[in-house]
Order: sequence, then C-alpha cells, then structure tokens
Amino acid sequence: MSGGVVGAVKRGARGVAWYLKAMLGEDAYEKYAAHHAARASDPSCAAHEVMTEREFWRDQTDRQDKNPQGRCC
Amino acid sequence: MGVTSNRSTGSTGDSLVLQQIPHELAVAVDPAETEAHDRKWTPLKIAIWAGISLLGGLSWVMLAVVRGETVNAIWFVFAAICTYLIGYRFYSNYIEKHLLKPDDRRATPAEYKADGKDFAATDRRVLFGHHFAAIAGAGPLVGPVLAAQMGYLPGTIWIIVGVVLAGAVQDYLVLYFSMRRGGRSLGQMARDELGVVGGTAALIATLVIMIIIVAILALVVVNALAESPWGVFSVGMTIPIALFMGCYLRFFRPGKITEISIIGFVLLIAAIIGGGMIADTEWGSTFFLLDKVTIAWGIIIYGFIAAILPVWLLLAPRDYLSTFMKIGTIGMLAVAIIIIRPEISAPAVSEFASSGTGPVVSGTLFPFLFVTIACGALSGFHALIASGTTPKLIEKERQTRFIGYGGMLMESFVAIMALVAALSIDRGLYFAMNSSPALTGGTIEGAVAFVNGLGMTGVNITPDLLAETAKNVGEESIVSRTGGAPTLAVGLAHIMQQLIGGTSMMSFWYHFAIMFEALFILTAVDAGTRVARFMLQDSLGNFFPKFKNTGWRPGAWAATAIMVAAWGAVLLMGVTDPLGGINTLFPLFGIANQLLAAIALAVCMAIVAKRGLFKYLWVVALPLSFAAVVTIAASFMKIFSTVPAVGYFAQNRAFSGALEAGETSFGTATSVLAMEAVVRNTMVQGVLSIVFVTLAIIVIFTAIQATWKAYRTKANSSSEDPAVQSQIFAPAGLIVTPPEKKLQAEWDALPADKKYTRTGH
Repeated sequence: MSGGVVGAVKRGARGVAWYLKAMLGEDAYEKYAAHHAARASDPSCAAHEVMTEREFWRDQTDRQDKNPQGRCC
Repeated sequence: MGVTSNRSTGSTGDSLVLQQIPHELAVAVDPAETEAHDRKWTPLKIAIWAGISLLGGLSWVMLAVVRGETVNAIWFVFAAICTYLIGYRFYSNYIEKHLLKPDDRRATPAEYKADGKDFAATDRRVLFGHHFAAIAGAGPLVGPVLAAQMGYLPGTIWIIVGVVLAGAVQDYLVLYFSMRRGGRSLGQMARDELGVVGGTAALIATLVIMIIIVAILALVVVNALAESPWGVFSVGMTIPIALFMGCYLRFFRPGKITEISIIGFVLLIAAIIGGGMIADTEWGSTFFLLDKVTIAWGIIIYGFIAAILPVWLLLAPRDYLSTFMKIGTIGMLAVAIIIIRPEISAPAVSEFASSGTGPVVSGTLFPFLFVTIACGALSGFHALIASGTTPKLIEKERQTRFIGYGGMLMESFVAIMALVAALSIDRGLYFAMNSSPALTGGTIEGAVAFVNGLGMTGVNITPDLLAETAKNVGEESIVSRTGGAPTLAVGLAHIMQQLIGGTSMMSFWYHFAIMFEALFILTAVDAGTRVARFMLQDSLGNFFPKFKNTGWRPGAWAATAIMVAAWGAVLLMGVTDPLGGINTLFPLFGIANQLLAAIALAVCMAIVAKRGLFKYLWVVALPLSFAAVVTIAASFMKIFSTVPAVGYFAQNRAFSGALEAGETSFGTATSVLAMEAVVRNTMVQGVLSIVFVTLAIIVIFTAIQATWKAYRTKANSSSEDPAVQSQIFAPAGLIVTPPEKKLQAEWDALPADKKYTRTGH
C-alpha cells in the first residue's frame, strides 16, 4: 500500500518537474535534437547542419532579437 | 477506429493533399465518434453538469439577488468557475462545431513547417501554460481594481459574461485563423481580408495602441514605486539579478533554465527582504526615496537601454522570472482566497455607477465600466499573442479550443481574484488609496476629509486606519497610491497574512505583490518597445529602404528612441498631470485595448463571411458590435462630452477659459503652469481619442464592406494555407476522452522509430 503511495508521489513529482521545465522552455534543445534525429535518415534533409547545445541556446535568444514578440498588458 | 489517414473529404470542403504514411494508424478520432461521445449523457455526466449548474446558479443568486450586508468571496469563485465550465463545455463546443470546424487530419504549421525551433509541436498542457503566461499581465490585475468603485456586481458580471461571449471567443478565433494561415500575424490577416485601407488603418492603430499601453503600464509602476524606498530598491535589484541570470545562461550553463530561475527567485525574495532592511536605515530611506518624475525618467532611460540590449542579457532572464512569479503568485492567491474566504462589504452597485462622479475613474457605468475592465473580459492585445508565437506551436487543430478559449478563461479568473482582493479591503481605505493626490492633498487628514465627504453609506475612515495600514505594509504613506497595483498589493497582503505570517508579514506580502506586478510590467515595456520599433522600422523602410534592415544599428537605435520618446511623453504627461494621471489616462488605455479587440473581431468577421458561414456570423458580430458600441461611445464621450471630468475638450475649454480670464488657479490646478499643463494634456488626450476612434471606424467599416460583398457574391473563398495531411496524433483537451484514449494506446504501442515521420524541412 505504502509502496503505491510512494510510487504515486514519485510520479507526481516527476510530472511537476517535467511541466515546470517544459513551461520555462528548458526542453527546447531536446526537442530540436529529436526533430533532427527523426530526419537524419532522410537523405534529402542531410544537408541541414545540426547546432550543438551551446550554439542552439545562443541562436535561440538571437532569433528573439530579430523577431520580437509582445508581452501582454 | 478513427479516421484512417488515406480517407479525405475534409469537413471544411477543402480536398486534402494526401500521401500515404508509413503506418496504418489514424491521426484523428473519427468526428462521428467524438460527436457520439459528446451526445451520450450518462447519469454520472448528467449529475456532474446538474451540480455545476446548480452551484453556479446559487452563486449568482448570492451575488446578485441576496446581496446581504456582506458577501463571501467564495461565491465569486464558484460563480466564475461554474460559468466558465458551462461556457467552455457548451458555447465553445458550439463554436467549434459550427463555425471553425477544425480537422485533426490536417497538419498544423508546427507539423508541416516544423523546424525544431520556431515551429515545433508542443504538448497542449505546456502550450496552455505558455499562452496563459503570455496573455496574462498587469491588465487583469489593475482594471478590476479601478472598476471596484462602481460596486462588486457590474465588474463581476462583465468579467464573467464578457469573457464567455467576447474575450475568449476573440482569442479562440484569432488563434484558429492564424494557425490555418501558417501563423500569420493579425496585421497580415487584416491586410489580406480588408484590403490596403483597412489593413493600413489596423497597422497604424496597433502601433499607436502599443505606445499608449506601454505608457500607461509604466505609469502604474511609477505610481507604485514613488515615495517608496523599499519598492525602489527591490524592483531596482531585479535588473542586476536578471543580468546575472542572463550571463549565467549565456556563458556558464546554457539551457539550465529551471536551475537559474530558482536561483533568480531566491535572489528576488532576498531583494524583497533586503529592501525592507534598507528602507529602515537612515541613508536607505533617503537615497531610495524618489519622486514620480525621477522614477518616470528612470523607466524611460531603462526602457531605451533594455530595448537595445541583446535579448539574452535582460529580456530573456526577466521572462523566466516573470513566468515563475506569475504562475506561483496567481496560484497562491487562488488557494488563499479559497481557504480564507474573505467577507466583502462593498455595495453591489455603488452610487458612482450612475452618477459618474467616482474619484477613481470618472464616467458612468456605460460605457466606462467596459473600458476600465478590458483585460480579463475582452482584450484586443491578446489577438497579437494569438497570432504570434502560439499558433506556430499548436500540435493539433482541435487543441485551439483548449488553448485559445480555455487560456482566456484562466485570465478572466485572475481578474476575478484581483477584484476580490481589491474588494476585501476597507472601502474607505480603497478610496483613500485610489483618489488622486489632487483630491486628497496626499495627506492623511486630507484623505480622511475627502473620503468621508463623499457621503458613501457605511464608509467612515479614520486617520488611524490609514496610518496603521501604511505602517503594516512598510510604507511612509498609502494615501493616493493610484494605479491599482498598490491597492491590489494591500488586498493580497491582507489575505495572505491571514494564511501565513500575520500582521508582521504584511509588509513582505505587500512588496512581494508590488515586485510581482513591476516585474512583468517592465518586461512588457521592454518587449513592447522592441515590437513597436520593428513596426516603425518596417513602415519607415517604405520611404527609406535602409530602415528595413533591422540589423542596422543607427536605424535600430533611432527607431527605438522615437518609440521610447512617444511613450515616455505620455508617461511624463500622466505623472505630472495636475488632474491626477491614472483617472484621466486609464480610460484611454481601455479604449485602446478594446479598439484593438474590435479590429481583431472585424478581421474574424470578414474571414467567417468569406467562408460563407452567414448563419453563424452572429457569434463574431455579437462581441464585435458590443466592443464597437462601447469604444465608440466612450471615445465620443471623451471627445464631445460637455462635462469637464469626462470630456477631454470640455476640460481643455474650461482651463483655457480660466487662463484667458487671468485666473491663477482653477479646479485642482494651483498655478498657471499647472493650468497650462492641463490645457496641453487634455489636447493630446483628445487628439489621441480622435485618432483611435477614426482608425477603428475605418477598420470596422471595411470589415462590414468585405462581409457584405461576401454575402452578395455568395463567396466561399478562403485565404488559408493549403491542407497538408497530418501524421501525428494527440488528444484535444485537458481531459482525454475515451475514444482518444483508445487511439492513443494504439499510438503508444507503435515502435519508437515509426512514431515520428519526417515532415517539414
């Protein structure tokens, strides 16, 4: 019984951590890498260069510089 | 089960471009099956919805009919939540079924334009959070506070009914239409649907509205920080904290956002606590004691520097902090209100609703309630967000309902909580805080005399209460702290201290609330300036091609300077206004925001008409005509009213008349200089009103023209992107329905390498 509770709490905590990270956008690089991994087998896409993690994060904020988004009132 | 991917006949009448996908699974639940599930009323479902309806009905009766001596805040919460649930379940469902007809067999831009960066399918629950954090700012927290002077009922009805029939509809429609057009912006859609004249008017209106909104948000911060050493220190500290976070992420540990956000949050709390200690010291209380004009200049300089610095250094880390604080504080306030359940002793409808002489914002209930509360009920600014980032991240078409309509319901709930917090404080205290210094003289004695002289039944404020409240929240004085933010902070502190810490913690909670609002207002100022700068550069580029290049430094700086000067001028005008500032300028903010809503809804109406869905045009026409009537009526009153407190030009005439007569003081202006300032300010405000209403009338007129033309020609055209076959599946709403569960299980059983197919480049 208590094992079930501990398991549920663990699952809940993992869920909260996942949500928090996703909300703040920490999973952006994982998503980017997954996107490229999924296309790796396609020869027509092979020309794309995949950014490293460091490059990706720099590129992300630099793109915001070029394409600003409003925040609401 | 479900719709197999090689069957087409899209429900919108578009023929889908089909391609065989490497697995046999459906990418959408069969619409017939969804429909059947929707229509199957099991006894449990009936019981749940009967319960929700009864509780909602009971709550409305308690608020609107029973109206005892006091009303418990819990009825506001129940009335709101039950109405939202019913509106979401039935009305947004109706819109989905008849008006929008999303088709999950079609790929969204996030799928067919996927690049892993700007276009990336995002989990619907995460995107809901993103979208909510992007739309909810200071607006829903400030407007309801100011509207509380009319009593609790008008604001409550407008926030709850308005969101269901207007605000959430606008957000949902704009999000959906933008998604169907590859994530096109509102400005582009206006040009596509309304032609050059309507499109250009919409663009200019957006730019002017952006300037006004930034200026008035900045005014709220100035009013909250003026004469408050504690507030100035702790809000000022957010700048070095953000710089540190930005450098940490750029150079030390890129991508560790959660980690640095937690560090930043701890530093923020330390800054709040430290602010209290510093405000207690001799040097601190003099060094950080700044008047309004100094703070206004500080924000103007800050706004310019922040907008030309790279995003990673200041804006991005501020965004993380602001998201963190926003979700946390709003959640905390909701929990506190439900646990504490404060009693509210404000009248249901106050005398100011009909007399229009309220000191907080002048004007009668119609139309001024509907422009004072913009965000929370209907906010045009959301149309910019709903046609910005969000449509590029939607995973499946049917999720737009949960994210667009549902996200706005959440914001409305924030507005209700702000209203409850403002109403929970003593009514006399409320008026002492929100009447302009021109009326109270800025002193406790003056405030007591003024508030008690208003002749409100049951209101009798004592000097002791004002002095004690100021002491409890750690401020020198709380008289005439207009702008809504300080009132909300006192309300929040009042509620939170009952839950945690007692009176000794009140000053912490007060400054926590001020910090929380200042944080995202400053982010909005920074981001708004950036967006406005790009819009200006784009327009200037038509005459001086060099400006089109946004990377060209001198151009970027010049355009930023112009935009900062524009909102800075309005800000300074509000700060130095002898008539008060917030009370004269806030209606302009609401009118601007609602005009943008009218523009967005006008674009939506033209789109719906062009799709040939005239039978359901009323869904858009209803909120559009309401927004149009309210904003045009409010603008006309601001322009033509002969009552000086309401009409800008009437005020202008009164003051210039007095100047001509050689008087040296008039009304609340005590010198010739102040009188001249009033003449100048009212002229600017009046001209702005004329510009707004003219632009809005042009846009609405061109939309009606487009609608009529579509009706005459029985048009059935669409400016949507061509349909692309989707190859992924995801549930539509927060709760996964049984048919979705079944299909999801089939997808989960697929081997990993088959789940993602390559689309987009």
